[in-house]
Amino acid sequence: MTSIKSTAAEMAAALSEGSVTSVELTKAHFDHIDEVDPAVHAFLYLDKEGALAQAAEVDAKRQKGEALAPLAGVPLALKDVMVQKGIPTTCGSKMLEGWRPPYDSTVVTKLKNAGVVILGKTNMDEFAMGSSTENSAYGPTHNPWDLTRIPGGSGGGSAAALAAFEAPLAIGTDTGGSIRQPAAVTGTVGVKPTYGGVSRYGLIAFSSSLDQAGPCARTVLDAALLHEVIAGHDEKDSTSINAPVPQVVKAAKRLDVKGMKIGVVKELQGDGFQAGVLSRFHEALDLLVDAGAELVEVSCPTFDYALAAYYLIAPSECSSNLARFDSMRYGIRVGDNGERSAEEVMKLTRHEGFGPEVKRRIILGTYALSSGYYDAYYGSAQKVRTLLMRDFNAAFAKADVLVSPTAPTTAFKIGEQVNDPLAMYLNDIATIPVNMAGIGGMSLPCGLAPEDGLPVGFQIMSAAMKDDLMYQVGGALEAALVSKWGGSILDKAPVLAAN
Amino acid sequence: MALNYEEAVAKYEPTLGLEVHVELNTKSKMFCSCSTEFGGAPNTQTCPVCLGLPGALPVVNGKAIESTILIGLALNCSIAPFSRFARKNYFYPDMPKNFQTSQYDEPICVNGYLDVEIETDEGPKQFRVEIERVHMEEDTGKSLHVGGATGRIHGADYSLLDYNRAGIPLVEIVTKIVGGTGKYAPQVARAYVTELRDILRSLGVSDVKMEQGSMRCDVNLSLAPIGSGQLGTRSETKNVNSLRSVERAVIGEVVRQSNRLEAGERIVQETRHFLEESGQTRPGRSKEQAEDYRYFPEPDLVPVVPDSAWIEELRATLPERPSARRARLKAEWAVPDKEMTSLVNAGLLDVVEETIVLGAEPTRARSWWLGEISRLANEREVDPTTLINATQVAEVIALIQSGELTDKLARQVVEGVIAGEGSPREVITQRGLKVVSDDGALMTAIEAAIAAQPDTAERVRGGNIPAAGALIGAVMKATGGQADAAKVRELLLKHLGQEG
Repeated sequence: MTSIKSTAAEMAAALSEGSVTSVELTKAHFDHIDEVDPAVHAFLYLDKEGALAQAAEVDAKRQKGEALAPLAGVPLALKDVMVQKGIPTTCGSKMLEGWRPPYDSTVVTKLKNAGVVILGKTNMDEFAMGSSTENSAYGPTHNPWDLTRIPGGSGGGSAAALAAFEAPLAIGTDTGGSIRQPAAVTGTVGVKPTYGGVSRYGLIAFSSSLDQAGPCARTVLDAALLHEVIAGHDEKDSTSINAPVPQVVKAAKRLDVKGMKIGVVKELQGDGFQAGVLSRFHEALDLLVDAGAELVEVSCPTFDYALAAYYLIAPSECSSNLARFDSMRYGIRVGDNGERSAEEVMKLTRHEGFGPEVKRRIILGTYALSSGYYDAYYGSAQKVRTLLMRDFNAAFAKADVLVSPTAPTTAFKIGEQVNDPLAMYLNDIATIPVNMAGIGGMSLPCGLAPEDGLPVGFQIMSAAMKDDLMYQVGGALEAALVSKWGGSILDKAPVLAAN
Repeated sequence: MALNYEEAVAKYEPTLGLEVHVELNTKSKMFCSCSTEFGGAPNTQTCPVCLGLPGALPVVNGKAIESTILIGLALNCSIAPFSRFARKNYFYPDMPKNFQTSQYDEPICVNGYLDVEIETDEGPKQFRVEIERVHMEEDTGKSLHVGGATGRIHGADYSLLDYNRAGIPLVEIVTKIVGGTGKYAPQVARAYVTELRDILRSLGVSDVKMEQGSMRCDVNLSLAPIGSGQLGTRSETKNVNSLRSVERAVIGEVVRQSNRLEAGERIVQETRHFLEESGQTRPGRSKEQAEDYRYFPEPDLVPVVPDSAWIEELRATLPERPSARRARLKAEWAVPDKEMTSLVNAGLLDVVEETIVLGAEPTRARSWWLGEISRLANEREVDPTTLINATQVAEVIALIQSGELTDKLARQVVEGVIAGEGSPREVITQRGLKVVSDDGALMTAIEAAIAAQPDTAERVRGGNIPAAGALIGAVMKATGGQADAAKVRELLLKHLGQEG
């Protein structure tokens, strides 16, 4: 019997054998959302009508015996950074309040074609800038493990929706860790594919050279199933890779790591990492060794500069990407009283429409790109990027995948770091190098930290277009952990409401 | 006393720099598949990409790259094996993304030249204009500022925005500084822009219509005292929109700047606007607080890495340089200067050449296109080549050459073809325009004419050939103008014992 706590794969099987309809499954999720989301606030918008219509369409096709994609009829939560035709898309910003995009992103088109039912749009840090979802203009999302804590960010809404059983699948985007860090602090699975693996067309850009959409789920296999739906070359995105999608579903099902070399990154486990995070990380390494993998220590000395370089490149690109929000064509318009000039209205709109973190990064990026500073800041940061790639290449020469804790700590309290941008930025210390090098990264839960009982994330990194390797290791590790725990980690999460 | 142009160039050495923007004539825009057709209803040729909607991404138009490489090759440039797009950041309502996707420090074509010829006091002289770079970028939308005195955004009541033009592919061709022209700076500038326009037209990459803005020229000019070996501060005169204006803008700036210098004032580095009526310029925005465009490589696009074999294929397709072709055709066809100029200005060189290649005699081909067909086209206010094609004209001329049509009948045939009555042969059949060439029928008419004018016939028999005109005229009249006059003449003279 399937329930909202089932995995996406189980739901798909139940749909396929006819023990449940997509309409029933979709309604069950909306009922649960109505019950728990006032406390969690994972969603910014629910498209009940559209989702149920989509579900009914899948059911009708199934009844007629039409061939359907593996995830047809399974519900999904979409991060509000991804445009969907006719559905309010805010990017967590007041700037885009009321805007309904006239087109579908490529990811949405692929989801629709696969019959995946889109329940609604999830909360996020404004324009994907943040690590706690507190920067949303529409209020924070609460971590289902402890409602006084953050669900990570920027994709806190998508991760919280999974952990609270509001959806079995979600789409996230990851510029410096926005899929993986929320997965880590909510006990869910999140994958940032190789840069160019999933089309960015219709993903509202934060930092174009770093942004990457990816799958979020409660199991590695579910993430793989969703990965194969959304990945692939797109002629509308010049940076998308024109090569076959790695066979991640097959890899996730292998459950075998015998003889694989696991590179443990020396620089990502020292100062600043919570003791319980490190202990659970090392226990997970032991499980991999038990399963026949070999551990190798690798050193990536340039990682020490990754965060600083990231905070030059990402703000620089964002200062240009966010210039289009000027009130002339869409979104809010402030102060247009018929007297003020276009320039004054642009200024007032940008002043009111953007939150403090977005303004901070626009100013930082504008400065870094200024004439006379470009070489010292943007230019140097790009050189660091090249050095990071060399570190990764050297490391991947020694190991099939690299591993580290995903985030240095478990979920912190809402409000705890909101006035300390530097502390907030450090949450992404282990995830940022992956974006800077354009490779793949996955976070999966590896236990609860003994000191606070909150989820700890285990990060697996794989070389560009070798995404299957991280799924292979992730699938095997997850199997070992579940067998050790006797069930899913989310079984240990507090029950938010009777179901 | 204010200096005039001659006095100014006697004292100061002008240095030129020319930036020409050309709209490519690709079917779709630079980074999306929207149509580039001119004159659509406002904002109908737009999509998420060229409107800069959140999430939309650019994809480079391959045809635009091909056209730009062709331009670079025609201007003797090196084609960069690796070039990139960059973002030029500034806010303006008609620029959807508030950055223009352009090329900055890594343009696609660099280091070329164009030799132009001008008339000097010592006869024709060649100048080499060196090309710094040729790069690709996208056009902005169009603003219409309504109300206010100036038609500019400041002081306007409101502004209307049309994004149909946003994203149209533009190529910018920038010269290095052009020095050593002395007083011929205006002629060199004009000759360069003219030659460039002709080359672009021959490549078929742009409409190059300066009046319509598909080719726009910015003129940079500075002055330095002759012999100083220095470069003065330059002004940049924007949007000079005809060949004549290019020349006038240079003259205007030489005079203005020299008089400022004479008065002990300094030249302000600024953008100026050319005033068509007076030939002078007025100041635009000052570049002294230069805007910082914060260029950086466009992360949404991959570098342009053209295959060298492809570049060589394109090089092989380059047409003959227009000035060389004109010189060759002028010699081959033995055309007088003035008529050659008329052919070029009327844009008829190609079609005349095509007509001649199809077998028409050069003088006839030229005179038909420049004469009768142009006249009919002018009446209808259309381009001559839209009325009739080279094949049809060549056929008409062939019929004249073979004696089947007279010039007079041929005009009727051309009219018929233009009226859509079919091919020249079909028009002849339908209208019954065939020349009377049956010797028997003609001889009857000739004998009748001789009988009617026995004295005239006698004078011709006596060797007075010109007297035959009256008899030929009578025969032509009798046959309703459908006889070939040359044939009548031949038969008549033979009949009267005066072999041709």
